[in-house]
Amino acid sequence: MKFIDEYRRSELAQGVVHRIHRNSTKSARLMEFCGGHTVTILKHGIRQLLPPTIEMLSGPGCPVCVTDNADLDKAIALAQIPGVILTTFGDMLKVPGSRSSLQKVKADGADVRIVYSTMDALQIARGNPDKRVVFLGIGFETTAPTIAASVLQAEQEGISNYYALSLHKLCPPVIKALLDSGEVRLDGLICPGHVSAIIGSRPWEFIARDYGLPCVVSGFEPLDVLQCVDMLVAQIENGRSEVEIAYRRGVRPEGNRQALEIMEQVFETCPAQWRGMGLVAHSGLRFKAEFERFDAEIAFEINPGPVVEPKGCICGDILRGVNTPQDCQLFAKVCTPESPVGPCMVSSEGSCAAYYLYGAAGE
Amino acid sequence: MCLAIPALIKSIEGKEAEVEIGGIGRRASLWLTPEAKVGDYVLLHTGYAINIVDQEEAEETLRLLEEMAKLAEEEESEIH
Amino acid sequence: MSDKILLAHGSGGKLAHELVEKSFLQAFSNPLLAKLDDSATFDFSGRLAFTTDSYVVNPIFFPGGDIGKLAVCGTVNDLAMAGAVPLYLSLSFIIEEGLPQQDLMQIVSSVKEAAEEAEVQVITGDTKVVDRGTADKLFINTAGVGMVPEGVDISGSKAEPGDKVILSGTIGDHGIAVLSQREGLSFSTKLQSDCAPLNKLVADIIKVSPQIHCLRDPTRGGLATTLNELATQSKAGIKIEEEKIPVREEVYAACEMLGFDPLHVANEGKLVAIVAPEDADAVLGRMQQNIYGRDAAIIGEVRQEHPGRVVMRTKLGASRIVDMLVGDLLPRIC
Repeated sequence: MKFIDEYRRSELAQGVVHRIHRNSTKSARLMEFCGGHTVTILKHGIRQLLPPTIEMLSGPGCPVCVTDNADLDKAIALAQIPGVILTTFGDMLKVPGSRSSLQKVKADGADVRIVYSTMDALQIARGNPDKRVVFLGIGFETTAPTIAASVLQAEQEGISNYYALSLHKLCPPVIKALLDSGEVRLDGLICPGHVSAIIGSRPWEFIARDYGLPCVVSGFEPLDVLQCVDMLVAQIENGRSEVEIAYRRGVRPEGNRQALEIMEQVFETCPAQWRGMGLVAHSGLRFKAEFERFDAEIAFEINPGPVVEPKGCICGDILRGVNTPQDCQLFAKVCTPESPVGPCMVSSEGSCAAYYLYGAAGE
Repeated sequence: MCLAIPALIKSIEGKEAEVEIGGIGRRASLWLTPEAKVGDYVLLHTGYAINIVDQEEAEETLRLLEEMAKLAEEEESEIH
Repeated sequence: MSDKILLAHGSGGKLAHELVEKSFLQAFSNPLLAKLDDSATFDFSGRLAFTTDSYVVNPIFFPGGDIGKLAVCGTVNDLAMAGAVPLYLSLSFIIEEGLPQQDLMQIVSSVKEAAEEAEVQVITGDTKVVDRGTADKLFINTAGVGMVPEGVDISGSKAEPGDKVILSGTIGDHGIAVLSQREGLSFSTKLQSDCAPLNKLVADIIKVSPQIHCLRDPTRGGLATTLNELATQSKAGIKIEEEKIPVREEVYAACEMLGFDPLHVANEGKLVAIVAPEDADAVLGRMQQNIYGRDAAIIGEVRQEHPGRVVMRTKLGASRIVDMLVGDLLPRIC
């Protein structure tokens, strides 16, 4: 596949790896914020290729993992309302809420349907005029514009039975909160490539400027991640702290203006609850007043019941990079992919699931 | 996160396009990239084109990586 | 005959008889079935292989096949994985009231074709019709018997360190072909299910080597799940090379788009053979001569290290663990 296979060539990987080994003298703690990067790193065994000076830490960039129980309970409650078709990305199906999960209520008769795109959800809305179709909107700045666009399209076409529950979150504010907490010592940040495709590289500048942290925007192929590490090492070795783009074929410094405009047209920022991090100001998105009629929180009476947090689950600490999955008492004993306690084990890019599946034990 | 893959635009109809990735086809939305043209590669995320792939930059990145690989080879052979 | 299956078609009365006689008997004409006794009886000597399966695939028609073809191939393949020559099948239909007759006839026709190719006979069967909503269009249950040739002893627990792991062809075709039709995920592709009877392929390779230690078909859960099962049963480790695993471009693309690992996607016409190293090349060569083994490749080997685990050397040269599929394959955005 074009623009993918070229960035997986092993002979090219060796070149970058060689450079990293040659140049890296200082210890470097790098955080990959984005869960997709965690998956790439583990799937291709990238940690094994890097010198011992480099330590890789996983961050809270997994929209599934950071969805709070209270929010998930809302989605589950919506699914149980008669006449509602809850459409969702596959990622959310098995995540445990306070008492149940979308998968469980589906088994009990709720109409929960997995879709690949809001386009598919709109299609379901068109085909079921007597039902009310709610889209579970999770994801960061990469995905939020697609929900915003779907709402504009619904408005344009006069589709009156389409709604969305906005659980969207924004990355820069949570990175700031993470850095402000002082819990994690970092030497560099691998910035999310597709979030940056939308927001550009400028929103990361405060990290380099105010926290003195080198930032490089990376793509998702193994060569992309290796190139990014190489650029971070170069900054660290030379005492620089700047924002650079490694993923130049996918990211422009100014981002995607049209996508940003559409997002701004439909959404406004609000405080959001992040699992493990609590309430973070300006880090969530909610519908603007003029789009209220698409807002599932307003259009439906949702009674999710009291929130219950699972005992012993340290997903929050893992998301902040304070602990690793092995530090968790429940990891692999009580909490497994078959019977997950917390979201880090459910999401395929959650640290716990990734460690369990690809083997932190390694070989 | 944010699985997005490069897809080739084969045809456009209003705000939607038929795209192709490795032999499979899908309908994609161009709401976020209205300037995309037939023949462009776009990054496809949940059925939406979120950006147009900059083919020149793609080639530049590969060129850089190839240079690194060549240099590494030379350095390795010097050592041995 | 009415154009939809009715509850009465399953109740053993006149309509049921009509269905059996006009449709099933004609399709599967063989002396044992034609007797229409409650049980089919036949003589046997030697070692018997016996298997059962149920088929509930949705949608019942998919690119490259349907639930009928799947039922025959799946059962035949289970027998073949024991090295057995498949002989007879039983076929039970559980039909949801309202299924178009046309659909049932189409499926019966697929069963007939597949059975003919595999050279097995459907000798006994059953039909039940259930209320609308209590079965998803059509469920099929089968049982199959086959004969294990003298001297053939193939089992999942017989893999030995040093053995080679041979895969008969491209992975992920069936799972992705079926998925391409599913509402909410659909995409267009020329990909077809690889659903196929593998008994002749197995017979061919058994002739070439008496040292085929294990045979298994990687169905639900994909290659990863099957290899893990074999590693666990044999208490040995398996190491495979990502480079060597044949995957069609469309399967790769669909997996990239939806966030799947091809190693976890179902196959219905592939097998894994674990063979003593000195016979591996001969077995591979013979496999490649069969239409269902064209793209066969040696993908790895069995070792003493990490017993029960499967490890893969990635294209980049690093290693990672390959685990079995947990739960269902779910598309993801992250």
